[in-house]
Amino acid sequence: MSAPSPGRRGFLGAAAGLAGAAIAPGVFLTEYAVAKAPGAPASKAVRWGLLVDATRCASGCDACVKACNTEHGLPEPKRPTDVQWIRKVELKDLRTGAALSAPVMCQHCAEPPCVDVCPTGASFKRADGIVMVDRHTCIGCRYCMMACPYKARSFVHEPVTGQKTDTPRGKGCVESCNLCVHRVDAGGTPACVESCASAGHHALVFGDLNDPDSEISKRIRAVATTQLRADLRTDNGVRYRGI
Amino acid sequence: MPRAFEDRPAALWPVLAAGAIVLAAALGAAHYMEIHGHVVTGMGHEVVWGLPHVFAIFLIVAASGALNVASVGSVFGEKAYKPHAPLSALLAVAMLAGGLMVLVLDLGRPERLVVAATHYNFRSVFAWNMILYNGFFALVAAYLWVSLERRFAGWTGPVGTAAFAWRIVLTTGTGSIFGFLVARPGYASGVIAPLFIALSLAWGLAAFLLAQAALGFAGAAPLPEAFRLRLRRLLGVFVAAAAWLMAIYHATNLYWAKQSAFERFILVDGAPYPFLFWAGFGIVGTGIPLLLAFHPRFAGPRSTLVAAGAVVAGAFAQLYVFIVGGQAFPLEIFPGYAVSSAFGDGAVAAYAPSLPEFLLGLGGLALAALLAVVGARAFDVLPAATGAAGD
Repeated sequence: MSAPSPGRRGFLGAAAGLAGAAIAPGVFLTEYAVAKAPGAPASKAVRWGLLVDATRCASGCDACVKACNTEHGLPEPKRPTDVQWIRKVELKDLRTGAALSAPVMCQHCAEPPCVDVCPTGASFKRADGIVMVDRHTCIGCRYCMMACPYKARSFVHEPVTGQKTDTPRGKGCVESCNLCVHRVDAGGTPACVESCASAGHHALVFGDLNDPDSEISKRIRAVATTQLRADLRTDNGVRYRGI
Repeated sequence: MPRAFEDRPAALWPVLAAGAIVLAAALGAAHYMEIHGHVVTGMGHEVVWGLPHVFAIFLIVAASGALNVASVGSVFGEKAYKPHAPLSALLAVAMLAGGLMVLVLDLGRPERLVVAATHYNFRSVFAWNMILYNGFFALVAAYLWVSLERRFAGWTGPVGTAAFAWRIVLTTGTGSIFGFLVARPGYASGVIAPLFIALSLAWGLAAFLLAQAALGFAGAAPLPEAFRLRLRRLLGVFVAAAAWLMAIYHATNLYWAKQSAFERFILVDGAPYPFLFWAGFGIVGTGIPLLLAFHPRFAGPRSTLVAAGAVVAGAFAQLYVFIVGGQAFPLEIFPGYAVSSAFGDGAVAAYAPSLPEFLLGLGGLALAALLAVVGARAFDVLPAATGAAGD
């Protein structure tokens, strides 16, 4: 192979310079942009969380479930195989007989078993703590459903119709509550939280667990709360009061 | 070494046709499930792994055990076993292929197999298993090659040892798919990996004995008597070892108060699982084989085959209890509370396998049988009829 001619060398140098100039702004953008900007990555400075106040949650009310179904284009569940991202659970204390009601959804664990077991990495946790499923790499093995301690995941058993733009779905994939990530990224709150407030119960509080001044942080400092199956040490982003 | 169907080549075609029909039915069932979704199966949000997984895990676990004969010959230098090693290796590859076919075709998105092959999450036991399955194929294929090629005779020891070590890790991996599921009382146990190894030794040897007998139709000589009696005893030892580990698994669960409700469900009142466990695994899969393996009255070849058949029947019963029963028992999300919901919380999950699931599982067995027959026809894996092996 012959040595590059001076002209060719000059061209290569100029090309490298141009390429560097073209890439540099992108590099700097990625490094310095704040997470709140559209298209920017989730920030690990934030830990999104949810407080479920079972003392305020009304038995028989399913406003949160309906809002979730509407927001994500999920059909009204009629059969046991229909998907449910959030469900109302009726509880009765075995010793005292006290009755409670509370919604259960993905607990957005800091140590999510579903993410550990997923063979392809389709189940993943964002830097801000939101646990999601990448519908392009989910192969539908359901190992995450075996691993989830909270029965929070649903497998899509049938062809999907009426999809929403913000919630891509597909038969043969696993899905679960994503804390309405499209709303959160736009500065909003999850649909279930909004609907609970509209129904006048205010049993759901959403916010940044890392921000000591957020409403959720203030509430969990003021009242005793717990994480479901705290013995498993999955460090859930969803906390419960009254259970 | 002769090849299968050498003296009656015409008999090969009906056998292949029968296997192909079952396999085609399985592929049709898988296609039906893919078009309509898993709603046409009995599986749901609670029992997410059902009958196909019973078949698949039986085949995968038994595949590593089918290598027993080759391992005893190559790793432990037992001469009597060596002539039977190639068939043992062929069966191992065939059964693993059958099991994996079922697993893959049951995926929600089987067409994304290439995604599974190119995206690895190394924290996932499933991902480890994909590597272990491929390594097993490669090592056992290499073993088969060096066993059949006289030039490489010196390699059977090292390659056989590598395959043996790999199969122990492979079965550990299969058991760990369940053993690492921390939230489920039926699974979170370190005993499951060694239990699966013991089960694989018994199931694989039983599968070898049945396949060897079935290949008699294709011209395989019966096992030399002394060798058969050794395998009979070995089967008994493996069955006893598996039963002992099963007892430890349940005893450790019973020791913890938080697991006692699950144990009661599986062993006493969670119909149909207690019946399948005690009658299927206990009597058919353990008691009868032990009797046939050790009682002098049942030393004949027919009794050995019945013992092997009983071990396989017990394996299916046990896997059904383990896989389906383990998921049917409700997750305890709110300890200390009675719970109910529209999503099956607090309730024992119902599971009724559908025909497509059964056909898919059967297809795994058919693929394994077809590969074994074609392999036995193409390669010299059947031991010579002289019977020198058993002496």
